[in-house]
Amino acid sequence: MRHTISITVANEAGELSRIVGLFSARGYNIETISVGKTLDQKWSKATIVTCGDEATIEQIVKQCARLARVKEVKAVTTLPHIEREMALIDVSVKAGDERQEVMSLVNIFRAKVVDISHEKMILELSGTQEKVDTFIEMLSPMAVNEVTRSGCVAINRLSPLEDSVKGLQYAA
Amino acid sequence: MDVSPQVRIAAGPAPQAKSGSEKIRGAEILIRGMIANGVDTIFGLPGGAVLHIYDELWRYREETTHYLVRHEQGAVHAAEGYARATGKVGVALVTSGPGATNAVTGIATAYMDSIPLVVITGQVPTAMIGTDAFQEVDTFGITIPIVKHSYLVRNVEELGSIVNEAFYLAQDGKPGPVVIDIPKDVTAQLANYQDDRGVTFDTRIDHKAPTREVVETTVEKLLAAQRPVFYVGGGVVSANAANELLAVVEKLNAPVTPTLMGLGAFPSAHPQCLGMLGMHGTYSANLAVAESDLLIAIGVRFDDRVTGKLNTFAPVAEVIHIDVDASNIGKLRKPQIPVVADAKQALAAIYAKLSQTTIDAEKLGAWWSKIRRWQTEVPLACEYSDTEIKPQQVIETLYEVTDGNAVIVTDVGQHQMWAAQFYPFKRSRQWLTSGGLGTMGFGLPAAMGAQIALPDETVVAVVGDGGFQMTNQEIITAIQYNVPLKVLIMNNGYLGMVRQWQEMFYDRAYSEVDLSVSPDFVKLAEAYGAIGLRASHPSELKEVLHEGLEFDGVAIMDIVVTKEENVFPIVPAGGESRNMILK
Repeated sequence: MRHTISITVANEAGELSRIVGLFSARGYNIETISVGKTLDQKWSKATIVTCGDEATIEQIVKQCARLARVKEVKAVTTLPHIEREMALIDVSVKAGDERQEVMSLVNIFRAKVVDISHEKMILELSGTQEKVDTFIEMLSPMAVNEVTRSGCVAINRLSPLEDSVKGLQYAA
Repeated sequence: MDVSPQVRIAAGPAPQAKSGSEKIRGAEILIRGMIANGVDTIFGLPGGAVLHIYDELWRYREETTHYLVRHEQGAVHAAEGYARATGKVGVALVTSGPGATNAVTGIATAYMDSIPLVVITGQVPTAMIGTDAFQEVDTFGITIPIVKHSYLVRNVEELGSIVNEAFYLAQDGKPGPVVIDIPKDVTAQLANYQDDRGVTFDTRIDHKAPTREVVETTVEKLLAAQRPVFYVGGGVVSANAANELLAVVEKLNAPVTPTLMGLGAFPSAHPQCLGMLGMHGTYSANLAVAESDLLIAIGVRFDDRVTGKLNTFAPVAEVIHIDVDASNIGKLRKPQIPVVADAKQALAAIYAKLSQTTIDAEKLGAWWSKIRRWQTEVPLACEYSDTEIKPQQVIETLYEVTDGNAVIVTDVGQHQMWAAQFYPFKRSRQWLTSGGLGTMGFGLPAAMGAQIALPDETVVAVVGDGGFQMTNQEIITAIQYNVPLKVLIMNNGYLGMVRQWQEMFYDRAYSEVDLSVSPDFVKLAEAYGAIGLRASHPSELKEVLHEGLEFDGVAIMDIVVTKEENVFPIVPAGGESRNMILK
């Protein structure tokens, strides 16, 4: 099972390597990781997409919570949540029909053209991981030169369900 | 019984007051911070990156004693021995590069056994970090997987609070080693010193007390159980919960089996003690666990050396798991009742509830008669010989000669298992061993650290001839500081445990285990300025132990034992724990 885990950790040198090291030392997989500071700049939030059964996810949450500089660990996917990933895509496109075809895909996916030349375009898209995957797949008849993906970020919904759904959450 | 939260921060004597505005060197902040945290003993070895620190240490030599080891591994093991014997934080101080890498084995040993340590490592000056400077190594990176927490000090202003927090974290909850890596320039820079002991970073929430609901459910289960077994480990020792454990199990008349790390947490000679469980556990302990209907696991982690094949371990039992570390609970076995709590507080709360209940003394009668039958069927025993000293006999004689009161510190291997089996321990912290990492070479320096911590106790390092040769350089440290270290070498001329496995599981192909070419340990002892004694015939054993243990100084006792003796019972690795090989 794919899970997204959100870790609030001190915004200090070395703390991220402690988390990444824990994943490799205990044999957990990191599919994507993205990090940025929170409102309070003393803390960063790392969003990690990983996979494993329920017991593995529980261990990951508990092991991360054990770290001295980790404030909170949430298995975001055990509660209603919103997840987004961003991609920047460099694609070779000739003027004419091919460019029109790309533009229609851009419209369908609500992507953006952020740079253009006679030979190429750079496209920006954000959405769920599946949406990004699908967009890249739809572009594949063109020459896609390079893809840079941000990894997922996630946040729990402001859902009224929140009180009734018990999520995996540990304060360190 | 005391159930108030333990204040674990040692309140040491405050350093002599200097005016708050006076700036002092980082090195002095470090030393004064350690003294403020109660540090009176430091094990270390100097080098370029820690010269400023050693300069300050010299000025504070009246307030804290430094022991100059001969190898940094010895420093960390000695600090561990000190910490294991007392529960206080052990301190080691080493230089950058090879100093730090030599300390790594000790740090990992402490991490696996949850021992509170603060290890100070020197580092090259801040501006040279990352340039492959002389004696530079990424100590912070190397030690990440084996520390509870670590620091690379980048600013002298932070140093004081880092020292305080390091001592707090080393002891808080589940104890462990904390590394402070300090670049040389930081130890020379000036800053104000403030004694601001306490938690300085708002990351911790106290999980130590169990909830009332979980205590009630636990007590209901305990009262309903027909075949309960208490499985207790190092967590009971580190929480100082032996009295609470004794009260609870005596009230219930329930059987107890300690792990290797839990030995001493419950008196081995108590009629309710079944002896150690696991790979070299007793027949009765392993069978009792296999047939129990309720396993009360306290301060344990379902280690593979205990469980054998995990899914056949206590197969019909419901499990109550009490541990201060939430990540230990459910890691390998999902308990019916998880209790994230300090063992002392949990047991005190359980006892408080139990004491309001009348318990039928005969309720476990059928269970006990079954257990007594197993104990009679296969006791721990060994046949003595007229011509050779049996290793088990060495431990039994040691017990006799020390009236069962010595602090026993072991290395790793066969001698460790025989000591665990044949020396009945009376109290917590009487048994110090490298359980998790299984570090050969641990015994001798750890015993030195324990003897320094407990100058009035008899401390005996029981080691094999293999492990002895890994760290015996520390004999000279003991000589230098008049530490009356006693070392008992159980000498069988083999890496004995490996030989046993080769005999049992590899068709007696003795591949690279022969240590019959070894130094003369008696002469070696004498070269160090210790006394060396040898016993190779049963008639000499008791006299040699008496003479060695009564000697006022360092004594090395070379006890030549049967070469090919095996540790029994044994559960083959990964096997079902009820399927023990008994002979």
